[in-house]
Amino acid sequence: MTTPPKPYSPRDWSSHPPIIAPDYKSTPLRGATKPLIPIRQSLSELTGPVFGQDSLGELDNDLTKNGRKDGEPLGERIIVSGKVVDELGRPQPNMLVEVWQANAAGRYVHKVDQHNAPLDPNFFGGGRCVTDDQGVYRFYSVKPGAYPWGNHPNAWRPNHIHFSLFGPSIATRLVTQMYFPGDPLLDLDPIFLSSPEKARDRLISEFDLSLTEEEFALGYRFDIVLRGPWETPMETA
Amino acid sequence: MTKGQTPSQTVGPYFAYGLTPEQYGYPLASIASPDLRTPDVEGRQIRIEGRVLDGKGEAIDDAMIEIWQADPQGRYAHPADPSYNKGRGNIAFKGFGRCGTGTDPENRFIFDSVKPGAVDDSQAPHINVIVFMRGLLSHLYTRIYFADEADANAKDPVLLSVPEDRRDTLVAAREESGGTVVYRFDIHMQGENETVFFDV
Ligand SMILES: [Fe+2]
Repeated sequence: MTTPPKPYSPRDWSSHPPIIAPDYKSTPLRGATKPLIPIRQSLSELTGPVFGQDSLGELDNDLTKNGRKDGEPLGERIIVSGKVVDELGRPQPNMLVEVWQANAAGRYVHKVDQHNAPLDPNFFGGGRCVTDDQGVYRFYSVKPGAYPWGNHPNAWRPNHIHFSLFGPSIATRLVTQMYFPGDPLLDLDPIFLSSPEKARDRLISEFDLSLTEEEFALGYRFDIVLRGPWETPMETA
Repeated sequence: MTKGQTPSQTVGPYFAYGLTPEQYGYPLASIASPDLRTPDVEGRQIRIEGRVLDGKGEAIDDAMIEIWQADPQGRYAHPADPSYNKGRGNIAFKGFGRCGTGTDPENRFIFDSVKPGAVDDSQAPHINVIVFMRGLLSHLYTRIYFADEADANAKDPVLLSVPEDRRDTLVAAREESGGTVVYRFDIHMQGENETVFFDV
């Protein structure tokens, strides 16, 4: 195959948060202030690391098992699954999905997390999976708890799971967070609210009874849309 | 029918055990590390190091840097590269690295790699960089060019698209210490020397 790859559609800045969102207080000193410079996508942008099934460890897709010491982690068991597609709705098979999250009490194992909630000796909180040939990923975990943070008085992050995906190139790279339906903290969270209003729903998973495993775990669906090919509507032959 | 892109969200302060576990000493295998070198790659070994500086000039200790580069022969380890299926001998070399800034006492990212070759006739050798951190809601892209490639840099279409007075922010200075070639590349998020970021 020597046909040069098609460029990707631009990052849709009407869907992504701005670089600086003052209500999220870490952004004003950290976000770039000058306009981004457009770049013509070359092979450098149209390629990216390839991570397939072989990049997975045996328990990577089961966060209820990969941190066990002497028992099961506490919390409500969940199954999170969804389809990774591009903007044209085409499934993205064999794509790495990395996830990390707090435990059921809202505590991260990360050394700098000082929240006074218990660590769970049997829960680690990091894992990964790879999409199948239909673009579907799936992992087991426990529902993460909400946790306080120092952004403003009495600030709490809604329950969420962090996601990291590459897609087919570095242009399609996406790091995001998945939220849970009906969470009253969403309307108060400057990180969630930083996304443009029309796009916020895309960050909220859906409870899905069909994903639920009877007498074992609740199912949540979270579909992910990556950048697709650059469509030039004028070119229709 | 087009579907709307899933919005980006910040990587947050607690990415390390999920994305860079080995570097930070967590019990999960990493998919990528700050050391890109593999025994099967031929070329000049280099080190790339730098800090990520906030608007006050302070080095950020919870940023994560990813780099993506060609091999010394200018080939990307990706099927879209025309040379990918043509007997590329160094299949162990992936060209992808990841480093958090929270383990070095000076909050540097430090990559050990090989110097990439030019990927096409027009572009100077460069390394693609993706920047993540708490306080950054959407990741940013930049590029590392090499100070000792002045002729190629002067013709590079991407560098030429950047206002002249900002091009220096993309060029890593070369130093040699104890036989190691070190390219220094600080990323300034803001300020007079704000690094150029691209809308990839
Ligand atoms: Fe979080």
